Amino acid sequence: MSAKGLSLKDRRDPLKVARGLGSAQYGVSHWWAQRLTAAALALLSIWFVIAVLYLLHADYTTARAVVAKPWNALLLIAFVLSMFWHAVLGLQVVIEDYVHTRWKEVVLLVVIKFLAVLGALASVLAVLRIALTP
Amino acid sequence: MADTRRPLSPHMQVYRWQVQMVTSILHRATGIALAVGSLLVICGLIDLAAGKDSFDQFKSMIGSPVGMVLLIGWSWALFYHLCNGIRHLIQDAGAGYEIAQFVRSSWLSVVVSIVLTALVWGYVLTSGGAA
Repeated sequence: MSAKGLSLKDRRDPLKVARGLGSAQYGVSHWWAQRLTAAALALLSIWFVIAVLYLLHADYTTARAVVAKPWNALLLIAFVLSMFWHAVLGLQVVIEDYVHTRWKEVVLLVVIKFLAVLGALASVLAVLRIALTP
Repeated sequence: MADTRRPLSPHMQVYRWQVQMVTSILHRATGIALAVGSLLVICGLIDLAAGKDSFDQFKSMIGSPVGMVLLIGWSWALFYHLCNGIRHLIQDAGAGYEIAQFVRSSWLSVVVSIVLTALVWGYVLTSGGAA
């Protein structure tokens, strides 16, 4: 509540709040996280494309050795984490915009979050395994 | 239950097609495509971690004709989403909202993404085939 009295959100129809409509209070942090991960990915994805092109004809041993280098492993982990985070934020907006059946919307929102966390963990584990196995 | 319907704004089909509209739609479409493409990144990393056989299998998969076509599509999606994403970041900073600038930057996103895709695949194909 603001110092001057009721803030705008307090004047909303309580029925709307009960129905789960209106501000969820996370809008700004969602927007900001999307831009932050976008800026990170703008740099990291260019690095990733160059790294993939560098590995174009690499055999297994070379590819593993390149990924295992500390800087490459670090940037690769940063890349996959920003990628899955950014993907969830973006897909969330698309689902919220186009899926109008509430239960389908909620199920999809949960599913993409589960999948993104699994994807991120699997990728990080793979990179760590490559980087830490001698 | 009370009527909770709200008036809707006119939907897409009433508008004339313009490049700003196409870039906006493509940004979402390529974003969804790239989210699916992230599976390829996971596969590549897991296969590389799993051993030589699975990595060779992964290489032959992405080197196959279907794999190459998908990769061309995904690489363009990545470059487009990257170019247009940078355009959106600039707009978020408050710049580029004049109509002429807006249209020009839209075309720039499309053209630069195609040029980058062509450059990358030119390099891939002239350096002795993919994967």
